[in-house]
Amino acid sequence: MDHSSLAGRIFRGIALAMVLVFFMFPIVWILLMSFQSNEQILRIPPRILFEPTLANYEALISGQLKTAAGNLQISFMRNLMNSFILSSASVILALLLGVPAAYAFARFKFRLGETIAFTLLSFRFAPPLLVLLPLSLYYQQLGLNDTYFGIVWVYQLIALPLILWIVRGYFEDISPDIEHAYRLAGHSWREAFTRIAVPLAGPGIAAAGLLSFIFCWNNFVFALILASADKQPVTVGALAFVTASGIQYGQIAAAIVLSVTPTLLLALYAQRYLVEGLSLGAVKG
Amino acid sequence: MGMLEIRNVDKIYHSRGKPPVHAVRALDMDIRSGEIVALLGSSGCGKTSTLRMIAGFESVSAGSIALARRPIHDLPPAKRGVAMAFEGYSLYPPLTVRENIAFALKAQQLSRAEITQRVDRIARLVEIEDILDHHPRALSGGQQQRVSLARALVRDADLYLLDEPMGQLEPQLRAVLRGRIKGLLAERGMTAIFVTHDQTEASALADRIAVMEDGVLQQFGGERELKDRPANLFVASFIGEPPMNLLDTAVTQEDGGFRLAVGADLAFHVPRQTLDVAAQQALVQSDRIKVGIRPQRIAIGSGEARLRVISNQWLGDQSHIAGECAGHLLVAVTSGKVAARPGDLVPCALESRHLHIFGADGVCVRHAEAR
Repeated sequence: MDHSSLAGRIFRGIALAMVLVFFMFPIVWILLMSFQSNEQILRIPPRILFEPTLANYEALISGQLKTAAGNLQISFMRNLMNSFILSSASVILALLLGVPAAYAFARFKFRLGETIAFTLLSFRFAPPLLVLLPLSLYYQQLGLNDTYFGIVWVYQLIALPLILWIVRGYFEDISPDIEHAYRLAGHSWREAFTRIAVPLAGPGIAAAGLLSFIFCWNNFVFALILASADKQPVTVGALAFVTASGIQYGQIAAAIVLSVTPTLLLALYAQRYLVEGLSLGAVKG
Repeated sequence: MGMLEIRNVDKIYHSRGKPPVHAVRALDMDIRSGEIVALLGSSGCGKTSTLRMIAGFESVSAGSIALARRPIHDLPPAKRGVAMAFEGYSLYPPLTVRENIAFALKAQQLSRAEITQRVDRIARLVEIEDILDHHPRALSGGQQQRVSLARALVRDADLYLLDEPMGQLEPQLRAVLRGRIKGLLAERGMTAIFVTHDQTEASALADRIAVMEDGVLQQFGGERELKDRPANLFVASFIGEPPMNLLDTAVTQEDGGFRLAVGADLAFHVPRQTLDVAAQQALVQSDRIKVGIRPQRIAIGSGEARLRVISNQWLGDQSHIAGECAGHLLVAVTSGKVAARPGDLVPCALESRHLHIFGADGVCVRHAEAR
């Protein structure tokens, strides 16, 4: 397969290594930091070789943060749980709403159809802070402040447009005649949707779901304003490491490692779907 | 009694920012039980729209459709009792060929053995027994088309709709399949409509042919009728191979009839008794009128007129001679070889009784004498 010369291969190896180091460095560095104490991290010059410690992880999992000013209670594990609950619930709701909507936009031409589809997409254009101020006022009046439901609802601003536009592109790629053939054989359009269209668009739906899960997981500002300590996701919870007696770099690094791992694993597992979903659905949609 | 009755059906497509497209206009058709009908026309003539309205994938903008005396134009496709083979095949990718054909039978609640037997029978008919366990992606266009055809024909339906059913097949296989499908349809008394732009296919498979153009049904009749008695200029020029020669003539009245002059050296005398009242009126009212003559009706080798030969092709069983005569390009077909070279002047005969005469609106007012 490889017909290039030895020099060419060596050059390519070096180039690839440089690119890899450039992109992987922050992640690797954080991984290293998570096994160091604050003193080791702040040492100048930094050292690659150190005595690893699990203290950061212990502190996170036990919820006891020891600082120079005394012991602090942190709820990192709870935050991690919250992130799971909020992101999963948001994606499930967005899939339930978005996939049928995407199908409708792909298959039926109706009055104001394009306008509605674009309006939904335009939610992604608005700066979240602009929406948040009035929203938090409304939420206080409605009693939705600091509820899972309220946050999941706001997360639809992130997840729904993504799912709608990616999945729509997928549905448009499927010949409607496949469904027509199924319907002529004595099935309703609902059956054609659930048994033909959705399975055929499966990879696209999976990609859209994964992407919106990652986007929800990474969201910071919505939860910062709308959730209190016991509903906060990890992104907001990490603020607890900025303490009165200094920033706890070691714990932050460990928290990042713990909160990135699930999405990273998910993304690695579904890499193929993600690339396919983005290149097929989003570009064409 | 009519199996399918299409009454005054219109189809108008509205799309934003564009003028509406009137795809089908005031379509009226009656199709008898057991009849095979071809919808023939160029692309964009409304034939596929018509098919899709019958199947229920397009709504009718106006008018009604009844199948087996049941109005169906408001029913969902599943309730219409119609089977269809799609031009784009539309096979379900995750299923094998056998499963694709069998799923059309699912709703009929047959036993497993019965389904297998039916699938095998139809697979043999369209020659796909050897690919029954393959997936559609692994098939050629021609094979997919046959699977799609099999999936439609395997069902029990009141009406079978076939959209360009053999467009992707090799000529030899096409001829074989045409014969077999016609045999199957006739044997089981199935009523079928198929869309095609191929005249040969229409003539070979259909009992009657509906010629459409610009969303309007131009003529609906048997092949012989379309050839011998074309309703208008469009049908005259569309049906027949090579197409009918059309000549522009100057009309003058003369003793016992009319004189239609193509040029100084070519003119026809049309006796009054061969014309009905409407035809006479049409000729009296206009000074120029179009006439048509089939290439097979132009005799080469004798006659008053002179044809300047442009090309002379021997096709193995007939000669096609194209030439210029009285300012018009004419094509003549003879069964024997003609020794004429480009540039030669050959005598030819065009007889008045072989002329189709068209009124100013394009409607044929007098047909040529039947052979």
